[in-house]
Amino acid sequence: MTVFKTVLGAGAALAMSAVAALAEPGLIIDLGGKFDKSFNEAAYNGAQRWVKETGGSYIETELQSEAQREQNMRKMAERGANPIVVLGFANASTLERVAPDYPDTNFAIIDMVVDQPNVLSIVFAEHEGSYLVGMLAGMKTQTKTVGFIGGMDIPLIRKFACGYVQGVKAVDPSIRVIQNMTGTTPAAWNDPVKGAELARAQIAQGADVIYAAAGGTGVGVLQAAADAGIYSIGVDSNQNYMHPGSVLTSMVKRVDNAVYNVFKAGTEGTFKPGFLLMNLANDGVGYALDEYNAALITDEMKAAVEDAKAKIIAGEIKVHDYMSDDSCPVE
Amino acid sequence: MDFTTVILVLDSALRLATPLLFACLAGLFSERSGIFDIGLEGKMLASAFFSASVAAFTGSVWLGLLAGMGASIFLALIHGVASITFRGNQLISGVAINFLASGVTVIVGQSWFSLGGRTPQLEGAARFQEITLPFAEALRGVPVIGPIYADLISGHSILVYAGFAAVALSWWVLYRTRFGLRLRAVGENPEAVDTAGISVIGLRYTATIICGALCGLAGTYLATGLAAGFVREMSAGRGFIALAALIFAKWRPGYALLACLLFGLLEAMGNRFQNIDVLGINVPTQFMQALPYILTVVILAGFVGRAIPPRAGGEPYVKER
Repeated sequence: MTVFKTVLGAGAALAMSAVAALAEPGLIIDLGGKFDKSFNEAAYNGAQRWVKETGGSYIETELQSEAQREQNMRKMAERGANPIVVLGFANASTLERVAPDYPDTNFAIIDMVVDQPNVLSIVFAEHEGSYLVGMLAGMKTQTKTVGFIGGMDIPLIRKFACGYVQGVKAVDPSIRVIQNMTGTTPAAWNDPVKGAELARAQIAQGADVIYAAAGGTGVGVLQAAADAGIYSIGVDSNQNYMHPGSVLTSMVKRVDNAVYNVFKAGTEGTFKPGFLLMNLANDGVGYALDEYNAALITDEMKAAVEDAKAKIIAGEIKVHDYMSDDSCPVE
Repeated sequence: MDFTTVILVLDSALRLATPLLFACLAGLFSERSGIFDIGLEGKMLASAFFSASVAAFTGSVWLGLLAGMGASIFLALIHGVASITFRGNQLISGVAINFLASGVTVIVGQSWFSLGGRTPQLEGAARFQEITLPFAEALRGVPVIGPIYADLISGHSILVYAGFAAVALSWWVLYRTRFGLRLRAVGENPEAVDTAGISVIGLRYTATIICGALCGLAGTYLATGLAAGFVREMSAGRGFIALAALIFAKWRPGYALLACLLFGLLEAMGNRFQNIDVLGINVPTQFMQALPYILTVVILAGFVGRAIPPRAGGEPYVKER
């Protein structure tokens, strides 16, 4: 590998595609941890699937603090990883600075748009997936009250919340949605105690379905919901298995597919920088249905959600995207 | 805000105050003996991890509690050796313990469970269950007192009650026993204690071990009572809030209880009332979440009066020759 790197370093002669074909892809796991059962874990699973299918290897590092972002990204590029996948909105400003310094390295960022010639920005239509799970929550609630618990208070999480509320209100506009955010710092992704406490507070206010879009904090929310015997909705990864019978469904965001595709394209030399939207139409987002929650979702509910899904894909239902104008038409 | 809401907020406040209370009392014992301890956070974190791990392996929360306290006492002894025997800087030793706990828990957790520093979810006997006090159901129908007893006082895990008992016990030990008198004296004037023929080193080690045991209870409650398993950095600064509460309480057990309840209440209110309207003005979430910290500053700056730490605090004791 050292020889490789020397060759690559000298590599003016080497064509860009050749570089891509030779290098190992890299993945930088974001704060919250590799096994957050959610966002980061989905990315890790995608990378693992790529390893299993191709037998290749990749370089992986895990951020421990906010301060390591730039150092980690540069280190990864200098180790010769290509393409490099970074996860999460918080990397955008760092990538903006780092990417121009490594013009021969391809980067992919998930959840944010970075306008650089060697960056692929992958954005998910979380509002569409959240709309669908919102409909399920709206159909499942008995108390006409449902809850939403977000992680860190950022526009992206508001986007989840806004899509969810729209879905709930589509079922019945009189249903109340209680919204809580865990905090305003990255620690909010990793505080299950607070998540559980917020969930209890919402349950006390009558919520009987709670949607957690909060990374590791969501583990506490799901636990509190299971303890109280109400329903919860997981996020990012399929979390249905965590508390069978209590987790109504999960808003899956196929971060795994995104990472897998980037790795695959990168190593096959077909990586294209630019912009990629993962939505309902290309199965980038969706709701999870498996053996753990099959008993909770009736055929009627499924039919209604599938119908809405088709309509969203066809453009008949427009789900408002919070991030388009930083506001939500419904509360 | 109706009566039920008040009860529910107070209920949540009790739960959130308990880990602070244990940690605050832990700091109280240590600092009263003249050993400053900013490693409360690290000890809580380590005990949260080891209690959850052992509970996950054995399925018994009581073994978990023992392991949690053991881990915490071990760290407390490291602090003791560094700052009592070797007369090192107590603040630096405390910081080192925080870093040590933060790293070790994740690395050991990863190698034991391969879940990225997390323990498996605890279920059943591996968690502290909420216990219902006698007559809770029978009394529920009684107005005012019924809900207070059934919803607020009853229905917590045993560690919450242990926390309150620990306050009374700490007061009794510190102010009504010979050991307590000597402990307080060693934090104020270790020379006098030494002159009386009592071992300063021995007293300080004892205080450090008590501190470790109480921090162990705090961490265990976090991981096996409030949550169901360990997540890295799950103590989330509670050890430092406990230190603030300790100063606020002027190193007294009774005030420590009040201070911790206040911090618990503020956190519970922050959780319950995000975005409230006060006189037509919408108070943003951020303000509600910052409220505990804002009040900490205000209270410490204005209302607490002079907080005087134990006089010999932070000074390693050197025997006169």
